[in-house]
Amino acid sequence: MNRMPQSVESTPATADSDALAVERTLAGEREAFRVLVERHSHNVFRLAYRMTGNQHDAEEVVQEAFLRAYQKLGQFAARANFGTWVYRIAANYAIDRMRQRQKEESRRHNPNAETEDGMEQDPLSRVQDTAPTPERLTQSLELRDQMERALAALSHAERTAFVMRHWEGCGIEEIAEVLKSNSSAAKNTVFRAVQKLRKALQPLVGTDVQAKAMGTEL
Amino acid sequence: MKHLTEEELIAYREGIASEKAAMAVHLSGCDECRGELERLDAVLAALDTLPVPDPGADYGRRVWQQIALRLPEKSTRWWQVWMEPRRLAGMGAVAALVIAAFLVGRISTTRDRTVEKAANQEQVRERVLVVAVGQHLGRSEMMLVELSNAEPANPKQKQVNISAEQHRAEDLLEENRLYRQTALQEGDAGLANILDELERVLLDVAHSPEEVTPAQLESIRHKIEAQGILFKVRVVSKELEQRQGATKPSPAPNDSTKRERNKV
Repeated sequence: MNRMPQSVESTPATADSDALAVERTLAGEREAFRVLVERHSHNVFRLAYRMTGNQHDAEEVVQEAFLRAYQKLGQFAARANFGTWVYRIAANYAIDRMRQRQKEESRRHNPNAETEDGMEQDPLSRVQDTAPTPERLTQSLELRDQMERALAALSHAERTAFVMRHWEGCGIEEIAEVLKSNSSAAKNTVFRAVQKLRKALQPLVGTDVQAKAMGTEL
Repeated sequence: MKHLTEEELIAYREGIASEKAAMAVHLSGCDECRGELERLDAVLAALDTLPVPDPGADYGRRVWQQIALRLPEKSTRWWQVWMEPRRLAGMGAVAALVIAAFLVGRISTTRDRTVEKAANQEQVRERVLVVAVGQHLGRSEMMLVELSNAEPANPKQKQVNISAEQHRAEDLLEENRLYRQTALQEGDAGLANILDELERVLLDVAHSPEEVTPAQLESIRHKIEAQGILFKVRVVSKELEQRQGATKPSPAPNDSTKRERNKV
């Protein structure tokens, strides 16, 4: 697992310093907010990239997250950790951005992307339709492509839950807050995401294939 | 124990299982479940190899540059603004001068109630104001000179950081307002006018972006030069210095000195 919880959950010294920078920003010192932006931009970018899957959208999410954080900073005062808070704002905005992007894409390419009841089509069917040949499986770039497709095929909630739990090490309560659901539902969303990824990728990632992929240019 | 379900394996792997210890015991003795966990591990480990691009060491600085101009003016809590240490210090200094002037006036009033003493009282107040305003103008001049000479820290940089001058301008602005009001109350219209002009320049600087392009910096310099504010500040500072040094006790300001200042 590629978690970096230490960067999300700030150390006590960083948290103190963040709290001071927040106070100074609230007192009218814009320069103090700069400290917060420079300190947390990389972490927020990593989350945003994993959620959106592309650098352009990720950079937009980062900017918007900090702008929103600045506007809502008065509401933050009682909270404990600026890093976690701005993370949550970024995750929420990334979900909005992904929905917007999906609407734009479906309007452009496939006007019938939604089923009659308005639900998304089963994303796994899309992944499996593009199952590669055995020759292609040995190529790590193809495997990477398939993994990106499998991630893209998750619903926004599933991708968010998976990214936040598996890669960013966020707690279930935190994920539930972003998804606007309860802990039990958030946990189920993590299960669903992993099940779908497994179903889509396990035929391609035998232990031997995975070992090859780890040693290649991926 | 029966075999672990897929959900239980995922919960175990993702660290959200409620009975992790019991699962670990089962996994250690069950080849089938362990094999299942290894297959799940393989998928997740492959996903972990997906790269995240490195946005660069200066990414935080770039984000700041992109959003700085879009940040709305923050409506601050009024008491927080006034409770800031640097503002408190500035206000304290000004308040001390006002109190000193008042006390000196009171003391001299009680000692002698003649018209001559009243004139002395006026002189003392004037001296206190002269000293304080002289120092204020000196600090303002220094800040404006530094701003006029500001250059990028690195020749390759396209922007000039004027945040230090900006913070000093904010502090000077507070003091300037109080001195201008005092000068008006004292009937010193010439000094009040100069302070008014200085206030506009300080306001411009305080509200400028912290990092400006050479063109923006040139525009600020142009404003400073166009208003001749540096020259005016120097002339008034000189005059205040002379009045402070030459008159101990200083003579009451007469109409001719005020007329001189009005010429400036």
